[in-house]
Amino acid sequence: MTKDECKQVVLDIIAEIAPDEELSDVKPEVALREQLDLDSMDFLDIVMELRKKHGIEVPEGEYGNLVSLESCAEYLTPKFDALV
Amino acid sequence: MENYDVAIIGAGMSGIAAGIRLAHFGKKVCIFERHYAPGGLNSFYFKEGRKYDVGLHAMTNFVKPGVKRAPLNRILRQLRISREELNLSEQLGSRVAFPGRNLRFNNEFGLLESEVEREFRNEMDGFRKLVETIQAFDDTEFNYPYQSAREVVRRCITDVVLEDMIFCPLMYYGSSTEDDMDFGQFVVMFKSIFFEGFARPQEGIRNIIKLLLLRYKEAGGIRRMKTGVASFKIEKGRVDRLILDSGEEVQADIVLSSVGLPETYSLCSKKIVSETDIKAGRLSFAETISIFKDQPSSFNWGNDTIVFFNNRDRFAYREAREPVDLTSGVICIPNNFDYGETNLTEGIVRVTCLANYETWKMYTEEEYNSEKENWRSRIWNAAKAFMPPNSLDYSKYCIAHDMFTPKTVEHFTWKQRGAIYGAPRKTKDGTTPVSNLFICGTDQGFLGIVGSMLSGIAMANTHALR
Repeated sequence: MTKDECKQVVLDIIAEIAPDEELSDVKPEVALREQLDLDSMDFLDIVMELRKKHGIEVPEGEYGNLVSLESCAEYLTPKFDALV
Repeated sequence: MENYDVAIIGAGMSGIAAGIRLAHFGKKVCIFERHYAPGGLNSFYFKEGRKYDVGLHAMTNFVKPGVKRAPLNRILRQLRISREELNLSEQLGSRVAFPGRNLRFNNEFGLLESEVEREFRNEMDGFRKLVETIQAFDDTEFNYPYQSAREVVRRCITDVVLEDMIFCPLMYYGSSTEDDMDFGQFVVMFKSIFFEGFARPQEGIRNIIKLLLLRYKEAGGIRRMKTGVASFKIEKGRVDRLILDSGEEVQADIVLSSVGLPETYSLCSKKIVSETDIKAGRLSFAETISIFKDQPSSFNWGNDTIVFFNNRDRFAYREAREPVDLTSGVICIPNNFDYGETNLTEGIVRVTCLANYETWKMYTEEEYNSEKENWRSRIWNAAKAFMPPNSLDYSKYCIAHDMFTPKTVEHFTWKQRGAIYGAPRKTKDGTTPVSNLFICGTDQGFLGIVGSMLSGIAMANTHALR
């Protein structure tokens, strides 16, 4: 999986959780919370949708890696690659 | 023996909302409901071919789509329900009506501010100070310490009439304690009614229940209606199995109970708390529902959505001494929401007052029916005094009516003493002395339709999904 594909996976999940958010120009390097109205309940949902849809586990201590799209891609791409 | 990841007791708003979260994320979850109808304290029924709502006067917490951090928008996200599906119509306007004084409010906070200024000019600085105190309070934490709301409000406001007028709607729409409330609860209620506001799906509560059940089913949740839980078999400090009314036994890793704190403890096979900890609430209500052929606007009652009235010098929110306490109450006119082109087909006026559980419980069947008739017209007259004058002959004009009492509530919801807002004591974090038993709903402490759904979501997230 490329990092861009990984970013799209995360964006698709956010679109499902928060259909009222405008996602067309989310800046990858800026924190998601600064651009979108996401709270801790929403981040918990991102983690759980990753598990449900893709079998990816994110331990509670590592939630910090999901702060921006860029950091998500950095952290999650190897996890996706390890699945295959 | 059937084994579930999570068993939920009660198919009310909080139980179904919790179930949606759990089923969506792959838990094997079953909701057990003793009644044949879902909804719990917010339900509906049919009588003589008409549909009646119970519970719902109006949904509090109304905000426009996109308002950040608002509880309504947060729960819709969590339940994957869209604003369009909910199809809410806003209130036309409501009032707190005391002798010689009115405070109007709607879904724009500015109206209440200007009304306070008009009626209580000297209290304006104090009112602003109170609003700032409310805004500064962090109500997202579960375990804030108890603070008397009366004391906090009195530090800002000196006129007791204004104080009572602020408390009246907040108490009627969600206080399980007499005359005072926890300041944290006060903040939640103040925001949900005055900062946010009232709305209603045109179809009433049925629309919300239908949406929740559909979501739950789509997510794979199991629901067993007319299946009450008779007891929890407690072993080694945890719920080992659930014994159903039929005698059948089932197991669950986690039990989430929405039936109330004293009610939940009384289901436990071992005594796990002292008697004083399981006191049921003392506040119960009676409500009359009158149906008219025409819209209430045709008899001059077209402007008020909800009217909170009190006809004494001081507002008393405590257990009624008489069968029904006529000194205060709430009038709700479901027609007076902004539905656009088509309003409800018939006029509906509901009046709710505090009522005495013991009296209604002790009547013989014959007494019960004749007292209902007697109080129905007395409640109507108490309410009428606060409404615009008209020449309506109620007995001729009213084409159908119904009334519920604390006994009705207890009978259909199994809520002890018919106390709809539950026990005075809440468990804000949802925990109990039983390690795998958690509380959601009324006695977790979030109230109203939005509050109860938020409670189910928060407890499911915290105790069963982490």
